Amino acid sequence: MAPVSRAVDSLAAQYILGLGDDALVYAQRLGEWISHGPQIEEDMALANVGLDLLGQARALLGRVGELDGTGRSEDDLAYFRDEREFRNVHLVEQERSGFGFEMARLLWFATYQRELYAALRASTDEVLAGVAGKALKEVDYHRDHATQWVLRLGDGTQESHARMQEALAAVQPYVAELFEDDAASAAAADSGLGVLPSSLRPATTAWVRGVVDQATLAWPEESRWRARGGRDGVHSRPMGYLLAEMQHIARSHPGATW
Amino acid sequence: MSTETGQPERSWPLWEVFVRGKRGLSHVHVGSLHAPDAVMALRNARDVYTRRQEGVSIWVARASDITASSPDERDAFFDPAADKVYRHPTFYDVPEDVEYL
Repeated sequence: MAPVSRAVDSLAAQYILGLGDDALVYAQRLGEWISHGPQIEEDMALANVGLDLLGQARALLGRVGELDGTGRSEDDLAYFRDEREFRNVHLVEQERSGFGFEMARLLWFATYQRELYAALRASTDEVLAGVAGKALKEVDYHRDHATQWVLRLGDGTQESHARMQEALAAVQPYVAELFEDDAASAAAADSGLGVLPSSLRPATTAWVRGVVDQATLAWPEESRWRARGGRDGVHSRPMGYLLAEMQHIARSHPGATW
Repeated sequence: MSTETGQPERSWPLWEVFVRGKRGLSHVHVGSLHAPDAVMALRNARDVYTRRQEGVSIWVARASDITASSPDERDAFFDPAADKVYRHPTFYDVPEDVEYL
């Protein structure tokens, strides 16, 4: 195997940082479900999904520290950056809400990630290609989990149908940001390291639409307002609270290990 | 979902989980869990019982579908076999030239 390139490429690092931050922040949110799921079995399922995402984040953030020339570790990046330096989309930082909301969010996010990683297996960056190959099997399962639940809640009782419909509408304003191209992703697509987020939209939407149809739900209307700015470090109100909870131990006791 | 009495079921039904390990020949009972239906029970079993690569195959069965012997019947069921040692194949000599036995 060829040695891993250590040349500084800050746009590539920015691109991978966005992917890593998506996984890291959503892992943190999903961890909140432990002891809050409808049954202990679902606590386990969502914790497993979160741990898969955390593993992806670790590998991706580690690569960022190599590519941006700073040599920062995964922990440096996770615990010692401030809100404006995080590049995750708004979808993953939104507060934990009802179970239906979580399944709608997971359906969109896992389906998006599945298309993303399937494409990134051909990345010119061997680390990124390796992470994508392993993660693809994980997100395949995440997508299946969300799909199974949306089908059951949508095609379940009147109450579950209505709640699932509301949840789809609540998630809708955060979907478009997943597929927005920016300077970092354009450069990454040009060099063959990454893919244009907009290129993932048709396949992602097709899967979600299939699930929504089969679940006897209506496709939610496009909202007039929609989230934007996450990839530029502009976040919504819940992000600060999430970071405080995620980072405060590491910042209170720098260098602590266990 | 409702029970036979017509009351809505407050909790998901119980499922028994059987896992076959990598080197195992048969599925072994590993525990039980709750799930709304068989498809979700398989997935829950994957999440609860195979997190550490314990298995390559899972069976689930509704706990209520399993007919089990009763502890009250134990004497009648199992004790009569206790003094019938002749049912064990230990009372004949195996010729030396019989292979693979």
